[in-house]
Amino acid sequence: MADDIATSEPAAEPAPSPQGEQRPDPQPPVLRIENVVKTFGSFRAVDGLSLDIRAGEFFALLGPSGCGKTTLLRMLAGFEAPDEGRILLSGEDIAQMLPHQRPVNMMFQNYALFPHLNVRDNIAFGLRRAGMPRAEIATRVAEMVALVRLEGLEKRKPDQLSGGQKQRVALARSLARRPQVLLLDEPMAALDKKLRETTQAELMELQRRLGMTFIIVTHDQEEAMTVATRIGVMNAGRLEQVAVPRRLYEEPASRWVAEFVGDINLFEGEVTAREPLRLRVATATAGELVAAQPVAAIGEGRVAVAIRPEKIRLALRRPAGDAAAINCVEGAITDASYLGGKTVYKVRLDGGAVLHAAQANTARLDADGYGLNQRIVAWFTPDDCVVLER
Amino acid sequence: MSARRIFSRPARFAAIAPYVWMVLFFLVPFAFVAKISLSQTAIAQPPYTPVFSLAEGWSSLSEAFAALSLDNFRLLLSDDLYLASYLRSVIVALTSTAILLLIGYPIAYGMARLPKRWQGIAMMLVIIPFWTSFLIRIYAWVNILQHDGLLNQILLALHLVSTPVVWLSTDSAMYVGIVYSYLPFMILPLFATLTKLEPALEEAAADLGATPREIFWLVTFPLSLPGVGAGALLCFIPIVGEFVIPDLLAGSKSLMIGQTLWLEFFTNKDWPVASSIAVVLLAVLLLPLLLYDRLQRRQLEESR
Repeated sequence: MADDIATSEPAAEPAPSPQGEQRPDPQPPVLRIENVVKTFGSFRAVDGLSLDIRAGEFFALLGPSGCGKTTLLRMLAGFEAPDEGRILLSGEDIAQMLPHQRPVNMMFQNYALFPHLNVRDNIAFGLRRAGMPRAEIATRVAEMVALVRLEGLEKRKPDQLSGGQKQRVALARSLARRPQVLLLDEPMAALDKKLRETTQAELMELQRRLGMTFIIVTHDQEEAMTVATRIGVMNAGRLEQVAVPRRLYEEPASRWVAEFVGDINLFEGEVTAREPLRLRVATATAGELVAAQPVAAIGEGRVAVAIRPEKIRLALRRPAGDAAAINCVEGAITDASYLGGKTVYKVRLDGGAVLHAAQANTARLDADGYGLNQRIVAWFTPDDCVVLER
Repeated sequence: MSARRIFSRPARFAAIAPYVWMVLFFLVPFAFVAKISLSQTAIAQPPYTPVFSLAEGWSSLSEAFAALSLDNFRLLLSDDLYLASYLRSVIVALTSTAILLLIGYPIAYGMARLPKRWQGIAMMLVIIPFWTSFLIRIYAWVNILQHDGLLNQILLALHLVSTPVVWLSTDSAMYVGIVYSYLPFMILPLFATLTKLEPALEEAAADLGATPREIFWLVTFPLSLPGVGAGALLCFIPIVGEFVIPDLLAGSKSLMIGQTLWLEFFTNKDWPVASSIAVVLLAVLLLPLLLYDRLQRRQLEESR
């Protein structure tokens, strides 16, 4: 099943998607990963994974630690050779090619700057290996230094640089050879939050300006959502879903993705009625819920109704209007977390489930919100529900 | 300044212990040696004059001071024998250190690349010779290298030579002994530096188009230079003063300074000249010693 999603999604997507995802270019992908397997002993780090990356894409590999995303990236760089499968870069199989022969470059997690070389020599390292003429190297290095705004620091050694400066040297060094694909391994993990945010913006700007293909590995979903045009969510060596950030969040392909990306409420149940546009699901803990019919057909058996906390509205009374058209559940507030922009309430439903509901704090002088133990009605529309089979 | 309070009384004693050790077992004995080096040989007990003694009052002490001279050092400079000994010692030490580096580096490099669980075993194998007395191991080499020794027996049995080869009492035998004895001192600091090397640096070099050879010469080797320096000095310094190995394995045609010193002390009973040889030897070694000390300090600072 996971295979299905992973292989079919990038190439053979269903016709126009509502989220306005760009259609795949008619030209072949710059990077094609075909059924790649990598095992360490008996552990399958990457388990039959296929993926197409288009030219000019900013692609994020997102997943928990140990999901195989770093192993996949290392196979793209050439530090690991796949046991099975092919890796096609511009049509050429590079799977067994050594790292120094590949037209891809990598930005390392802890930057891996050469401590005995200054900024200039670090950036020039790859150019010298390529046998570029001296004058041209000087021009390119100056260009790279300007690109990442490191002017005046050319003679510094890495240990005389701040974390942010090191990060920019690493970026300049990996971009200097103008790789067909730039691989970034957790490039911002060592930066503090504020610096990380500005760096993310700079990275996106840079990628757009250079029109290069970037593949970033990260465990930080906000980072992936911020920088990437498309995200591949990995779990246990496989791709769970490949989609634009918005679809990943609003249309998760599986319970695993739904729970991994953002916060979500899941209600297990069985389909009791199929209407043209609606599904009725009887859940054990939240009563009967109505959900919009998903794109993919839902079979028999158990399903889960998923609803994001911010899609839920809270009220003291049932809203007026067509009661059948919305989902209404009742319960009592057990916890309220004020987070600034929003407040997250935990509501114990009469059916037994605990519901997370996020309410935006839109007005400064709003009341204090709802109190603990207060009886409450939580309601949400069928369109905001996603029915998940697996 | 609050740092002072952190250290308890015993901790402060522990901090000065090395200095106490240095004063008691290095500076005080060295002062004796330095004093003797300024004295004259005499047929007496002890075999030199003047002897500092308070028994005959202060005036005799100042007389004794006046009797000190630099004659022994002038002798060292005027007689080629001593100069040749010093020179031979330095040349033997340099040559041995170069051979040790050529053999030790690949071994340390290989060890650093072993899987973690094999590294302990490899380290053990390097250290195991220390479990046997140094002297016994050198005598074992005498046994192997002598006329009817193991090496000649093997060479004859394999028909590689038709008559026994003279190994013992040659420079080759001495170099075998020195390299064999000092190899662990070369390997261990190199191994320590190479294992600390971040593997990502070599990967980064490969990623930027460096061939395996370029990775070694542009990244691995330059970054292992502190280990090379430490290993080289750790071998060079004691080899200069080496006595047992050249005495047992090398010929008697030319002597290393340790042997010359031994001759002056035990055969000629000339303590003052022997002492002055020791003082000059220390002066010769002062530069590499200071270099080694600086290297150690820098590594200590970096590891912080």
